[in-house]
Amino acid sequence: MNTRFEYLLRLGDDALILGQQLGLWTGHGPVLEEDIALTNIGLDQIGQARAWLSLAGKAENQGRDEDRLAFHRNQEGFRNALLCERPNGHFGDTIVRQFLFDAYAVPLHAALAQSNDAEIAAIALKSAKESAYHLRHSRAWLVRLGDGTEESHEKVQASLDLMLPFAGDLFFSDEVTTAATDEGWGPDPSDLRADWEAILSDTLSEAQLRRPDAVPEQIGGRQGRHTEQLSFLLAEMQVLPRTYPDAKW
Amino acid sequence: MRSADDWLALLQEVPDPEIPVLNIVEMGIVRNVDCQENGVLVNITPTYMGCPAMDAIADDIRDKLTPLAQEEGRKLQVDLVYAPAWTTDWLSDGAKAKLEAYGIAPPGKTADKRALNGEAPSVRCPLCKSDRTEMVSLFGSTACKAHYRCHDCSEPFDHFKCI
Repeated sequence: MNTRFEYLLRLGDDALILGQQLGLWTGHGPVLEEDIALTNIGLDQIGQARAWLSLAGKAENQGRDEDRLAFHRNQEGFRNALLCERPNGHFGDTIVRQFLFDAYAVPLHAALAQSNDAEIAAIALKSAKESAYHLRHSRAWLVRLGDGTEESHEKVQASLDLMLPFAGDLFFSDEVTTAATDEGWGPDPSDLRADWEAILSDTLSEAQLRRPDAVPEQIGGRQGRHTEQLSFLLAEMQVLPRTYPDAKW
Repeated sequence: MRSADDWLALLQEVPDPEIPVLNIVEMGIVRNVDCQENGVLVNITPTYMGCPAMDAIADDIRDKLTPLAQEEGRKLQVDLVYAPAWTTDWLSDGAKAKLEAYGIAPPGKTADKRALNGEAPSVRCPLCKSDRTEMVSLFGSTACKAHYRCHDCSEPFDHFKCI
């Protein structure tokens, strides 16, 4: 197994799938400002995805660039965490999904910035500024909704109950993540869990939200075992380049 | 044969596609110009990872400089680099003044990271210069701007995010 390729693919696919989902909010945000905010965050994610997948393509050394990787892989070839492919749902669902991801992305990018690989460190340092900004936004909304009206509280609590079991996939460890720490490319995500938990518990308490009782975590995205949602998402994202493989902007 | 400084002067004639009052050198997008016997290498860096203007900027540079490089028998190359990460601190005072005159409140200093981590710094309205302004949204019309409004002149305006 090309562990460097796999490690970079995980970073790129998280950003790509989340970015695609946020793009679906275009024209559907609850207010204009949030429409713009969600799609701006999506744009940042797509930009990060492009950088990671381009680097993954180089690591693979089979001539695949970022577009080839994004548009010409099937579901089982994707390595995104299951959280990223959870459907957008309502605004509260999207905010919870984004918050759970941002709280992981901030310590992730900080750790990747220490990479002994100059290209990885450069992308991470750039991404770190963006993920800090995203967390500021998703955290503020989680607090506003959780500590808002009775209805907003109930809805966002249900969102949290729904999304949290899928977050564990972010911290999956295997020989790929072991290789990453051995080679000094970046962190084993399981080592980021304490930082993530700290952001989570601090925010939930301010938002007056209850952490759901422990439920079995859903694991599989890093190994290409996905939920049915991803196939619908890929169908929409990939249809154009697959139908017209030579199409150019 | 043109020197690196000559090429840099030419690059100052390429406007930012989103903020045409600034050129791409003032914006800090052009990071380096390297002149070799047979080639000219221009390094550019994105303001934001997903900035959709980067491809347009690279094309604008090629359109302008390729024929000039060819005259000298040199090949022009435009490369995207990520390090060091772009920061609003690279905008000169002159560039900030141009932004304000254009109607965009310029960024402050990033030194204390306040803008990134929480407290919103006070932002002056670029239209009536009042400090009584309020952030409407962390995100604005492009990846690099946030959305504000002024309590005195009641006008909405863009603020260049401080990163």
